Amino acid sequence: MLRRLAWAIPTLVFVTFLVYIALRIGTDPVASYKRINPRASKAKIAQYIEVNGLDPNFVRGYFRWLGNFVTLDWPRSIKGSREVWPQLKDALANTIRLGVAASGVGIVIGLALGVFAALRPGGRRDVAVNAAAFVGISIPPYVSAILFQLLFAVYWSRWFGSTLFPTSGVYPPGQMGFDLGLMVKHMVLPTFVVAIQIIAVYSRYMRSSLLDVLSSEYMRTARSKGISEARVLFRHGLRNALIPVVTIAALDVGAIVGGLIITENVFSYPGMGKYFLSAFGEGDFPLLMPWMVIIVASTLFFNLLADISYAWLDPRIRLG
Amino acid sequence: MADDITLPTISPRRMAFDRFVSHRAAVVSVFVMVTLVVFVALSPFTARYGVNEQVQAPPNYFLPPRANAWLGTDDIGRDLYSRLIYGVRVSLVIGLFSGLISVAIGCVIGAVAGFRGGRFDDVVMRVTDLFLAFPFLVTLLVMRNMIGGISWLKPVTGELNSVRFIIVLFAIFGWMGVARIVRGQVLALKEREFIEAARAAGASRWYIVQRHLLPNSIGPIMVALTFSIVGAIISESTLAFFGYGPQAGDGSTSLGILVGQAKGAVNTGFWHLALFPCLTLVVIALSINFIGDALRDATDPRLQRDA
Repeated sequence: MLRRLAWAIPTLVFVTFLVYIALRIGTDPVASYKRINPRASKAKIAQYIEVNGLDPNFVRGYFRWLGNFVTLDWPRSIKGSREVWPQLKDALANTIRLGVAASGVGIVIGLALGVFAALRPGGRRDVAVNAAAFVGISIPPYVSAILFQLLFAVYWSRWFGSTLFPTSGVYPPGQMGFDLGLMVKHMVLPTFVVAIQIIAVYSRYMRSSLLDVLSSEYMRTARSKGISEARVLFRHGLRNALIPVVTIAALDVGAIVGGLIITENVFSYPGMGKYFLSAFGEGDFPLLMPWMVIIVASTLFFNLLADISYAWLDPRIRLG
Repeated sequence: MADDITLPTISPRRMAFDRFVSHRAAVVSVFVMVTLVVFVALSPFTARYGVNEQVQAPPNYFLPPRANAWLGTDDIGRDLYSRLIYGVRVSLVIGLFSGLISVAIGCVIGAVAGFRGGRFDDVVMRVTDLFLAFPFLVTLLVMRNMIGGISWLKPVTGELNSVRFIIVLFAIFGWMGVARIVRGQVLALKEREFIEAARAAGASRWYIVQRHLLPNSIGPIMVALTFSIVGAIISESTLAFFGYGPQAGDGSTSLGILVGQAKGAVNTGFWHLALFPCLTLVVIALSINFIGDALRDATDPRLQRDA
């Protein structure tokens, strides 16, 4: 266990090195700096190259960047020379809020549907849930987002005379300060767009996992002991069926983040996705690198969590 | 029960076919896809206008569906129905080619990794795990720019906005999922008696891979192919939606470009521009997914189906 934990740091460094190379080649940070700031002096450009670790030698440049990064001496964005952390912090908070809400809604509904379908395999409910899951998997998030927008931003007010759910941002324009009601209202549609995918995927996982468990020997043993059917299902069936699902949940975080990025952009929701797409469009290296570090670190973290939770939930498995 | 003994034996292929046909959604999907392909292949007859042709003299923009434009017109008066046909053509080409290339690469790498094991297997699986764990759009965008930035790859990839570039990009990505599936299959087959028998008879590795492992993996490979195709079609639309898609050229468009246009049409309430391209994309994705699912059920001999 400790060995895996110890491996996480070198992996993080290695993967961020790869990301660094990819961004250096892909976005050409120096050229984008000159494009955004056409009148920058030679000294300014030299300073930009210096603080961002954009040395022609990738290895030396990377360690220069890493040095500045870990000492929290982060360079400013190329556009408007703003500090990176305040923007990143807000984006991260917004995305975590949306992500937690969507995963919560998605996992609860998805698991419930999975159980509902598995109780009578081949029955009408099973077929209906399965077909719905297929439709959910086949709808890319931007398609459902657009259709929701069309319905709620345009047609709802046309048909019923009032808007039910706003379709962009976290607050209406001009809103100052915190307002829980407005925030929740703005989150409803993006949450459901992301949750559709989660529901579709999880109902299928849960169904097949529960079916595996239900046909196992210990279920028969439990029944033959005379325990009530509900208790058999919940204490013996569900608990064991959840083990593989939890692991997949932790591994699946990348896909959820992917859905969030797309959804945020359609709903103009100021989170990590909008942050990334605008920074990427401008080739803003100082904004992109910390974003990438957070994404890589969280991916590695959830992978680790998957391994650990698997071993913890299923005593038959020992990590080497 | 006693009747079972007298049942005629059927070939695995026949059994797979029967199972596939019993998957009703898949049969409908095959029908939908065949219709679509025929429509697209016969575009000179089925499309009512040229790609950039306007349906009538101005004012002709944002017309709702009507007799001379079944699905309405776009911002400069072009027929959406005809453009969908041209767009689906480009998207199907992208899906098919990148799917086939991904499967070819993925089969070779997956088979070698599974069969040889060791260091090569470790490295390949680590790399695919890493790539597949990452948010898809981010990887795709970063890789796209990176590959576009490497000048000596230009002869292979073509221009950054070309259809060829998109195919190469998706092939570079797509093999990983396939390799993982094929590797799993090869690992399962490797220990079976008939492989051992072939080895005992002195068969070379390459012979075993080619004559025993790949033919026995044909089911999973077909399933992987359908998923690569649908993955490529959706990815193309995703890239186009965010403005990084292919420019199909003057005489052409793609499903992704049409779906991307939907974004601008929503707030102004031109529902037909949003609804029809999105619906087409979903129908294609759903059909291919159903076909893949039925193929998986049909080619898995362990799966027992009653009746």
